[in-house]
Amino acid sequence: MNFSALPLLDQAVLVLSAMALFSAFALLAQSRLLSAIHVFAWQGALVAAVAALTGAASGDVNLYISAAITFVLKVLLIPWMLHRLVRRLALERQADPLPYPALTLLAGAAIVVFADWVAAPVAQFEHSATRNVIAISLAIVLLGMLTMVVRRQALAQVLGFMAIENGLFLAAVASTHGMPLVVELGVAFDVLVAMVLFGVFFLQIKDSIDTLDIDRLSQLASSVEQDEDTEPPR
Amino acid sequence: MIWLLLTVFTPLAGALLLAALPRVTLAGWLNLALCALSLVGALGLAIEVLLHGSLAGDSFRVDAFNVYLVVLTAFVGLTTAIFSRPYMYYVHSEEKRVGRNGMRLYHSMYQGFLFTMLLALTTDNLGILWVAVEGATLATVLLVSLYRTPAAIEAAWKYFILCGVGIAQALFGTVALYFAAQHVLPAGANGLSWSTLYAIAPQLEPRVMVVAFVFLLVGYGTKVGLVPLHSWLPDAHSEGPTPMSAVLSGLLLNVALYAVVRMKMLTDAALVHSSAPQLAGHLLMGFGLLTFLVGAISLHKRRDIKRLFSYSSIEHMGLMTFGFGVGGPLATFAALLHMLVHSLTKSSIFISVGHATHIAHSQRIERIRGLIRTQPAVGWSLLLGVVAIAGFPPFGIFTSEFLLLVATMQAWPWLTPLLVLGLLVALAGLFRAVQPMVFGAAPVGQYPVRANMLPVILQLAMVLVLGIAIPGVLAHWLDQATLLISGRPLL
Repeated sequence: MNFSALPLLDQAVLVLSAMALFSAFALLAQSRLLSAIHVFAWQGALVAAVAALTGAASGDVNLYISAAITFVLKVLLIPWMLHRLVRRLALERQADPLPYPALTLLAGAAIVVFADWVAAPVAQFEHSATRNVIAISLAIVLLGMLTMVVRRQALAQVLGFMAIENGLFLAAVASTHGMPLVVELGVAFDVLVAMVLFGVFFLQIKDSIDTLDIDRLSQLASSVEQDEDTEPPR
Repeated sequence: MIWLLLTVFTPLAGALLLAALPRVTLAGWLNLALCALSLVGALGLAIEVLLHGSLAGDSFRVDAFNVYLVVLTAFVGLTTAIFSRPYMYYVHSEEKRVGRNGMRLYHSMYQGFLFTMLLALTTDNLGILWVAVEGATLATVLLVSLYRTPAAIEAAWKYFILCGVGIAQALFGTVALYFAAQHVLPAGANGLSWSTLYAIAPQLEPRVMVVAFVFLLVGYGTKVGLVPLHSWLPDAHSEGPTPMSAVLSGLLLNVALYAVVRMKMLTDAALVHSSAPQLAGHLLMGFGLLTFLVGAISLHKRRDIKRLFSYSSIEHMGLMTFGFGVGGPLATFAALLHMLVHSLTKSSIFISVGHATHIAHSQRIERIRGLIRTQPAVGWSLLLGVVAIAGFPPFGIFTSEFLLLVATMQAWPWLTPLLVLGLLVALAGLFRAVQPMVFGAAPVGQYPVRANMLPVILQLAMVLVLGIAIPGVLAHWLDQATLLISGRPLL
């Protein structure tokens, strides 16, 4: 594909999406929680910029609104809430290194190739820029899932979860110029509620298990099969 | 229209009202009254659909397929509320496991959950459907961790993460669907409206539709409890309060399956002229059969009574998914009937289980003994519920499973032995656990508890009636739904 032949706007969208994909990798490998939160905020900003650019191109007011919602939610509000949680739980200095960095990053690269393959059928009736952005957004979604699988820190898992939402938003903006506004609002509301719930959970997990290491959350599968004196609740 | 608003928005108003109401006793009664009001609305809606055919508007669509699920949801919501009032009061005042604020949260979220279920069922907009199903996760996740024990928090976390990730896949599928629609529909048309999409489905690009369906199946399939994404289900069922388990099994799984079937209808219509027109059905069959067999085998050697029955739910959801996958009028009719009878039976079983755990003060199967001696009503209802769920005649599940077996014999004869084997394995697993619980020697010092068996009697009686003779009106209803889904009526 000849990128320089594309309109300037498409080129800009492609560059921003590619940077968002890069931030997904950064999120996967970043072991310091605070830096990971910042990476997430940057990813949100990139995705919001893509939405605003697409809005400028199509003149669709809805896209501006979506971009604004995303900016407020993903760049300001959620990172701020996460920051507060990190300080409250005194996790500023905690690092959560990846168990197998090389292997994980290779898996990430494989995911990008896979996403490109899945998005292949789109190519025939859409110009190639959109196809690429769809592939990128799918890659961001899957990388978010990979982040949730490999990271053991509960907070890092939440960042993966939120990165998935970013990828979905990018897909919606790039492929369809945004979902109808009512759906966008519903999704934003769900994300916000989810974030509040995550906050509640952290405090509960911290209270009852005294660490946010998810590996400790593996009592259920075993306790049911082993004979223990502790009574499972009703 | 007015009935629809009454059905769907009563729980929403109730959720807000109950969130503000600190009186525990009053909240229990109010919860019940709101459910009753919603059921009245649902019945009104059903009569309207029966008389005038399907209702469709800008953002909602009520046809033969979802109206029966709406009535079922409102009904099970009501019977579970009848059970939950004294049960949760006991948990609050005798066991002191939940405080005043916890009870407020519980009642508010109970209504909130019903609202999301009814909204998901009646909306025509696939985006709203997604928002509602995700909303159901959010409403129930705090209820799973209501008891605040480490195990409960772990279960809720797993539930949240797994369902959150799963359902994100469904949103990607929805975006892909919308993308396919935009290339066919004129500008300004609502490309997320199911009715619109269904009308133009043959023009949708088949390859994009396949990608969309796979994502939608994984997404909503997580909520159905399809293997290998089922592991949240036993945890959430066993650690949450028992009324929650009843509505999770009875309602949430059905609604998620409803979403999958709606997507399958679209995909089937889009793939009609492609090289693999049955692809969606085959995927459903594969996942359904795997889920059914894994569920059946997992029924063995369980130690926790609520985990036991949640695996039974997995097994039955697998069976229904398989049924919808086989397609054709007979299998579809059987799957629809199975959805109905499974909901009624499983929620009644969870109600009996709730009482049984209060009698034994434990969820451990080996500590629950001699129910029939201590409290015959609970013992019998548990026994009869299990007899029904295992598929014995004359209960309704026998009918639906029999129909499904016949349909399988016609379409895929070599899969029938697998189904029969799975059913037998499940039967053995269930009775092995339940027989000593009901008939074993009761431990000394085990006393009956206050139990309201009305919901159980009502639901089991309905399952019995459905097994002996399906009323003409209901058969007609199910047949209309079959016509809608498979394109041909059965009767």
